[in-house]
Amino acid sequence: MALATERPQSERNTATEPEVEASSLKLANGSRVVVVGGGPAGSFFSYFLLDLAEMMDLSLQVDVYEPRDYTRPGPASCNTCGGIVSESLVQILATEGISLPESVVQRGLDSYVLHTAGNSAVHIKTPLKEKRIAAVHRGAGPRGIKEVKWRSFDGYLQELTVAKGANVIRKRVQKVAWNGGRPQIETKDGQVESYDLLAAAVGVNTGALKAFEGLGLSYKPPKVTRTYISEFLLGHEMVEKHLGNAMHVFLFDMPRLKFSALIPKGDYVTLCLLGKDIDGELVREFLAAPEVRRCFPPDWEAPQDFCHCSPRINIEGAIEPFADRVVFVGDCGVSRLYKDGIGAAYRTAKAAAVTSVFEGISAKDFRQHFWPACQKLENDNKVGGLVFMATRLVQKLGPARNGVVRMVSGEQEKESSKRRMSGVLWDTFTGSAPYRDILARSMHPAVLSSLAWNIVAGLLPFTKKNKRGDEHGT
Amino acid sequence: MSMARSALGKWYEDGEAIVNQGDVGDCMFVIEQGEVEVVQRSGENGVRLAVLGEGEFFGEMAVFDRDVRSATVRALGKVQVMTVDRVTFLRRISEDPSLAFRIIKKMSGRIRDLNNELTGLKSKTRE
Repeated sequence: MALATERPQSERNTATEPEVEASSLKLANGSRVVVVGGGPAGSFFSYFLLDLAEMMDLSLQVDVYEPRDYTRPGPASCNTCGGIVSESLVQILATEGISLPESVVQRGLDSYVLHTAGNSAVHIKTPLKEKRIAAVHRGAGPRGIKEVKWRSFDGYLQELTVAKGANVIRKRVQKVAWNGGRPQIETKDGQVESYDLLAAAVGVNTGALKAFEGLGLSYKPPKVTRTYISEFLLGHEMVEKHLGNAMHVFLFDMPRLKFSALIPKGDYVTLCLLGKDIDGELVREFLAAPEVRRCFPPDWEAPQDFCHCSPRINIEGAIEPFADRVVFVGDCGVSRLYKDGIGAAYRTAKAAAVTSVFEGISAKDFRQHFWPACQKLENDNKVGGLVFMATRLVQKLGPARNGVVRMVSGEQEKESSKRRMSGVLWDTFTGSAPYRDILARSMHPAVLSSLAWNIVAGLLPFTKKNKRGDEHGT
Repeated sequence: MSMARSALGKWYEDGEAIVNQGDVGDCMFVIEQGEVEVVQRSGENGVRLAVLGEGEFFGEMAVFDRDVRSATVRALGKVQVMTVDRVTFLRRISEDPSLAFRIIKKMSGRIRDLNNELTGLKSKTRE
């Protein structure tokens, strides 16, 4: 085994007390790396690890263990997600040389429509009028799909890693332990392999994290909440006609509901609900709202049986998502609050790959070079909590809600307008900018004064705009 | 990397200018599909500096030096281009400097090409 230095320590590993110097654990030619989980985080890690290693003339063996078959529709390939690749991630991937092909992107989104109870819908376009948000299916398609027209997003990323030289092994890892100071995995069918570095990318929606308990790490999994996602088949023509290339966001004052959106895909529309104890009753109440009904064909009724799930999402990151020779990337480590989980997977996976190639693979290396990227996300999530608190306040308070709608409508009327509120909402709903940036922009005196004016003007019965019809409705 | 047809970005028609020489730029561009020509005005004439294809980028100089666009870039046939915002790009580079490796590699290639052209021109002048 070509390894720079074997770790001289007992089987027990703790991330808090690394027993070796930072520089003593490094990947070398022939080092073996195992990636447990082949979703976006696992694929990004494998891809960039191999890419950077190649640049450094480092030859690595990377084995990705992922039991899912991304060519099979339904739960067999689904990674339970709304399926949005954010505007910022699409741009960054383009600069990384990763283009998302038409066979994967079911719809490029260029705008969003803001729906509020009692107000006309407001269609908000980006200044560039460019499709920079990708609506995808993480798997090969929802349960019950008749014809698979688009490829799985996760499957596409996995193909990229294979093209870089990774080996995908379609087996489930059921046990992880130490063997002579190196991580050792055992698959369900009894295959046992030892590696120099282990990257865990198992998300938070399977029982796979239990497999890592045998390592005795200081790692504590992230805190999670449940969201609700369902897929409705409308057909391409109807999706185009009723939803277009826009994400539809609803600011409703409904008990237990924090955020709701309809995302148009190819033949399907994806419903994403975020809130507390979302059940069938709340889903039916949401779908019955007139503003939601208008996004569907007039005679459409939700079928009795449709593909839906209640996946977990992170609300607080993991503790110590690293140790000597072990790193946790993506959702099982640290993610973004409510939005852009795939973007967070990219960031943490890239940070882990950069650290592994350029710095080392000890806990100290990960703490110094990988952990800051996670902390940045975590700190931004705290600001994100405030942003979503303000959003919920706007949802609840009629005058504030009407003021926001009025302000955004006014911005959209003027081509030359700076569209400050539109930008704030766009980034909040799409997850395209850090929350601290969104909060700073929303606190700009021009935004606050304009919002205050629009709230007051909205309360006056004879103000010009209050008498207008739906000029921006879809 | 060989790129498949993309569903994202913006389409430009043949001959349409994507950036104009002298304009202030706050973004760079990645070509998703098709080709562009890079033309620099020199007096009355325009000199074609390069033809760029899928996966290549342009407009990065204005992102780094905040100067005006040094050349005009036009679509050669129908072309699909992704705009990369300056703030998004620089913010990400500050977090992950390795993102700049690809840009540096491409720019190094361009400097190498320019050196070769300059050497050729100087050789011709001596003759």
